[in-house]
Amino acid sequence: MNQALVKEFQRILGKEQVFLEETDRATYAYDAAVLEPVLPVIVLRPRAAAELARVVRLCHENGLPLTVRGAGTNLSGGSIPGRGGAVVLTTALNQILEINPADLYAVVQPGVVTAKLAAAVEAQGLFYPPDPGSMAVSTLGGNVAENAGGLRGLKYGVTRDYVMGLTFYAASGETVKTGSRTVKCVSGYNLAALLVGSEGTLGVISEIILKLIPLPPARKAIMATFGAVAQASETVAAIIAQRIVPATLEFLDNFTIRAVEDYSHAGLPVEAAALLLIEVDGHPAVVAEDADQVEAICKQMGATQIHLARDLAERDRVWSARRSALPALAKLKPTCVLEDATVPRSRIPAMIQALEEISRKYQLPIGTFGHAGDGNLHPTILTDRRDQEEWARVEAAVDAIFEKALELGGTLSGEHGIGTAKSRFLEKEFGSGTILFSKKIKAAVDPHNILNPGKIIG
Amino acid sequence: MSSIKALARLMQDLEDQLVVCMRCGLCQAVCPLFAETGREADVARGKLALLDGLTQELFANPKGVQDRLARCLLCGSCAANCPSGVKVLDIFIKARAILAGYLGLSPVKKAIFRGLLSKPNFFNRILAWGAKYQGIFVRPVDDLLGSSCSRFLSPLLKERHFKPLAATPLHARVPALDTGPGAAGLKVAFFPGCLIDKIFPEVGAAVLKILEHHGVGVFLPPDQGCCGIPALSGGDTATFYKLVRHNLGLFGSQPFDYLVTACATCTSTMKKMWPLMALEYTPAEKARIAEMQAKVMDISQFLVDKVGLAEGSYPGTEKLAITYHDPCHLKKSLGVAAPPRALIRANPRYELREMAEADWCCGCGGSFNLQEYGISAAIGRRKRENIAKSQAAVVATGCPACMLQITDMLSQAGDRIRVKHAVEIYGEGLGD
Repeated sequence: MNQALVKEFQRILGKEQVFLEETDRATYAYDAAVLEPVLPVIVLRPRAAAELARVVRLCHENGLPLTVRGAGTNLSGGSIPGRGGAVVLTTALNQILEINPADLYAVVQPGVVTAKLAAAVEAQGLFYPPDPGSMAVSTLGGNVAENAGGLRGLKYGVTRDYVMGLTFYAASGETVKTGSRTVKCVSGYNLAALLVGSEGTLGVISEIILKLIPLPPARKAIMATFGAVAQASETVAAIIAQRIVPATLEFLDNFTIRAVEDYSHAGLPVEAAALLLIEVDGHPAVVAEDADQVEAICKQMGATQIHLARDLAERDRVWSARRSALPALAKLKPTCVLEDATVPRSRIPAMIQALEEISRKYQLPIGTFGHAGDGNLHPTILTDRRDQEEWARVEAAVDAIFEKALELGGTLSGEHGIGTAKSRFLEKEFGSGTILFSKKIKAAVDPHNILNPGKIIG
Repeated sequence: MSSIKALARLMQDLEDQLVVCMRCGLCQAVCPLFAETGREADVARGKLALLDGLTQELFANPKGVQDRLARCLLCGSCAANCPSGVKVLDIFIKARAILAGYLGLSPVKKAIFRGLLSKPNFFNRILAWGAKYQGIFVRPVDDLLGSSCSRFLSPLLKERHFKPLAATPLHARVPALDTGPGAAGLKVAFFPGCLIDKIFPEVGAAVLKILEHHGVGVFLPPDQGCCGIPALSGGDTATFYKLVRHNLGLFGSQPFDYLVTACATCTSTMKKMWPLMALEYTPAEKARIAEMQAKVMDISQFLVDKVGLAEGSYPGTEKLAITYHDPCHLKKSLGVAAPPRALIRANPRYELREMAEADWCCGCGGSFNLQEYGISAAIGRRKRENIAKSQAAVVATGCPACMLQITDMLSQAGDRIRVKHAVEIYGEGLGD
């Protein structure tokens, strides 16, 4: 690393916020994806937006690629630095700048942990719905860069639906503002739409304006088990056909049910082909009526067991089955490859069947759980990545999962992002014209290719 | 000094456990150190990645890894919340031992562990001398808390407010005991541990009073040594094994139903760490450790589960608000959270109110407090704020190390809040 550049970074950020020792840099070489770590040449930790801007400009002037990192819990390699690149941490930019209950928005710095914002607005009777599984640790900057989803996608949407505006730094360091604190804004290009989900390749976010909604006063949870996946899927369709949109509609397959039962001994029926966890929320009268209707629909569609939670303790028991899904699976084998195959809701039974076939073909245990309401499933392949022969089969199985999802009219990723893990499939899903168009945009706003190079479009 | 390859080979012992980490990063949500610094090397995931790197010879800086491993409270919050079930504490303790063995112990550590800690009688004599003359170096600073601070600018003591060494440690008050079981039909061995023996003998006295009240026979052998955790967390397995063997020898001589302690750290060390580092023991020793480990129990759990609490009495009508801090070793390592609260509730003088984040680490971390006082105090201040917000007049807990740290924080902030052990609260209610 250019020593003069290092000194410049130290001057701007303070020596304490520039990590040069290999042992420190090594802890920023990975994220939560099962990919090879890449050691960054330097790690930078700005503590103010102005410092972040200067860092971006300096990197641009010196052709130093950079990867922005919040908590580093990305599941597709988006937070893994590029070779010879820097990591820019947002963890010190963690202030909630404004919560405005009158105009229903919040303004946050990118390093704010999502759960902290959700709790802060809940204390004021407000609701920030996007709830990715990592929300206790992931940051809003990361959520915006990945367009993070969560369990409430069907009813409440995803991160994109809550981004009212952004301030970000272009690759060359200029400040770009888009959107507004107002409900409506059509001024200028909708740059927020471009940045959301761009995985740090088009700009470095420094401020986010997020929409808030009123906190639903009541909610009720229901757990139903089915003898066939198709029945569970049809139940979901029937619920929506009745114009009831539950806040969450989670699905567990038989493999996952068994794993959860082994793990928590909650009394789950291990012969069930599918478990549906449903939560309706809203006005108490509506919730009561919706819950009764959902229960009736489940019965009608042939649910073998239905449990309507009567109080907070019972609700907690219902949801602990979902919360335990990943821990229960993760304990079965050393390595857990969590995938993100997303298909239209109605194709869930076909996807589940395909996953069973893939599991048999490649001789790998696969447990599937996920968001039955929006088709975003998480097939979880259990393996040991030290076993090279098995790992080759895992990679082949993952490719097969992508192929199938695309074949069923789905998409490569519902919420985990493309990163490096899936970029080679992007053309297959969208065609070469899309890749060309995307690359033109990237080249136009980041001519030196310093912003998280190699991600998404490769 | 052997080659990096040799170190990598030693680390491979940990490989089966290291591979369980799926790098999900959820440990960031519960690590008290990460909450203060936001640095990945300070959280479990980062440390596990560094150990992985050593095992795979990805880099050649074992000292750098050792330094970062030392920046850890060993509170176990990460392990308690890990979805994959990574045995984080086990890995960290073993890694510290491996690295200390590879790099050698620092002179200071050698002096303290090999020179003092591993020689219980000598250690006691030095501290008796220290207790007698500490007034030269320290002065009282808070009458309610009984805390002292350094008279002079001390790079060692810094701004600390601490409990001074007791004039009469427990082992001088009660050198030995061997009473038969009474009404309860039970006999226990009692292990006070260093902090209760030398700084909080009144807690040890409370335990003995309670056991006598309930008719529980007590075996308290003389010449007890440290449970070994300071040496073990410093990577000095030689001292650790010496202390384990010393204590095994003492406690092997009498039969007892349970071995109780009032220090969560000692309990957790004896129950989890003594068997963990079992490689060096003979089969006979392993059998005795297993036997003893099965009998080790926290005093509050013993009283609630095995004896049954007596309802205390208080002549007055004014209730005193009290709050409770869950020591990491008690709640996260041993799963004991309800029994200490039951002890407090048994005393009608007190009204228990829960503080926010009752189980968030106090920041002491034993030797962590000595090596990284700045961060330890920052974490401690978060605990202090929660205690103050609860508006309790007293804060109780189940670990003397937590009591030391909380005393320091409350004293420095000038809070008029007493610090007590849960057994002291229960003991008060039993009258004289």
